[in-house]
Amino acid sequence: MFGRLRSFFAPLIDDNPITVQILGICSALAVTTSMDTALTMSVALTLVLMAASGIIATLRNHMPRAIRLILQITIIAALVIVTDLILQAYAFEVSKRLSIFVSLIVTNCLVMARTETFAMHNPPWPSILDGLVYGLGYSLILLIVGFLRELLGRGTLFGFTVLPAVEDGGWFEPMGVMLLAPSAFFVLGLLIWAIRGWRTAQVEANEYPLPARAEP
Amino acid sequence: MAELDPIVWWRRLLTAPNESRGKTLAMAFIVAAVSSLAVSLAAVVLQPRIDANRAAERQAKLDAMIADLPGLADILAESGADSLETVVVDLATGTEADVAPGDYDMAAVAADPATSTELSDAQDIAGIGRRPDYVEIHVLKARGSVELVILPVYAAGYQSTIRAYLALKGDLNTVAGLVVTEQGETPGLGANVATPGWQALWPGKKLADETGTLRLKVVRGKGQTEYEVDGITGATRTSTAVGDMIAFWIGPNGYASVLAALRSGAL
Repeated sequence: MFGRLRSFFAPLIDDNPITVQILGICSALAVTTSMDTALTMSVALTLVLMAASGIIATLRNHMPRAIRLILQITIIAALVIVTDLILQAYAFEVSKRLSIFVSLIVTNCLVMARTETFAMHNPPWPSILDGLVYGLGYSLILLIVGFLRELLGRGTLFGFTVLPAVEDGGWFEPMGVMLLAPSAFFVLGLLIWAIRGWRTAQVEANEYPLPARAEP
Repeated sequence: MAELDPIVWWRRLLTAPNESRGKTLAMAFIVAAVSSLAVSLAAVVLQPRIDANRAAERQAKLDAMIADLPGLADILAESGADSLETVVVDLATGTEADVAPGDYDMAAVAADPATSTELSDAQDIAGIGRRPDYVEIHVLKARGSVELVILPVYAAGYQSTIRAYLALKGDLNTVAGLVVTEQGETPGLGANVATPGWQALWPGKKLADETGTLRLKVVRGKGQTEYEVDGITGATRTSTAVGDMIAFWIGPNGYASVLAALRSGAL
């Protein structure tokens, strides 16, 4: 029972799509400048992933192999467009700041990876759960990165001031670099380092070791 | 005997081998049809809300620009707050058009061949293809003379349509402000045209010199004269598009006739 629970939650840390599989990096860099965009993106991706997994798992026995990827992309793209429209209708401010990144969920490797490897071979309910847990793994990293970048870059969280900035009479000097794209690489890199230091099983073997001594 | 019962057809489809040509075609068709139906349905159901959001945003930006313009609040207070008149003008003649301001929809007017004019390549420096014949503008008059005019403008940018309001002072030659209300340019580069910092470069710039020649331009690097606005580094095409947008709309195919009418007091 414990082992099953453990493998169920593996996508959160041990098999995290971002830090272990290094999937979906592009959007993870772009939407993490603040917590509310990171949260909206997380919810949107998790819902799309669950819905796509559910639909594709339902159709899995009737998908001709030759066109299965095209069918998957069509289904994912339709779901993404609907999500984007819903955001534009009900969360207009956030959708403007997410700009093209919601539509880019279509090309997010994470969604394709889960539908192709899991949903194509499993019944709908387990596939929806799989989508949920992988979505949560993605969300966890997005929120951690978003938390650090917004806190250190602006001194705020969800737009509320946490560390009063020098400009407004406080003591905190905002680190402008945290709002630029490279800082997401720094944070993500440090995060991967920390996780692999803790879970040493994740450290990959050196595939191309140098020869012990030079050939004569 | 030919079988016509759809349920039988459906069963036959489900039992057909996945790799058969018929099933491949049928699956492709069904998935595409259902997906497009879902997308179209969502678009149709949600469009009114999305349009309302966009209109509210445009209005909010217009209000914010009016609030930001120096001295305008005083003029408004002096002459009564409702004196910002909204007029739909006919660009060909510079006269008031027979369209109620409340019903005006710029996108619909620009798209309808009956109410828009096709531009030749030489005329179309803003890259908009068709120009609407009627445009809704806002005019502020105090004691009979024009104090401020707010003109909607738009142009094709680098990868989106840029929409903005251009506000001119009473001399109709000095820029009172430029507010970009809609754009989808490159985030971090071209999208900076919508930032307050860049828009703050506009007030005080002059459109034309004494001879009446249009001089205002967005230049590379720093603008040196009152006719030059700093371009955005790394977004040359977006910067140029904004300059061309002003040149087009102030020019003979844009608001030239309207501005002339305002100067002569005919409007």
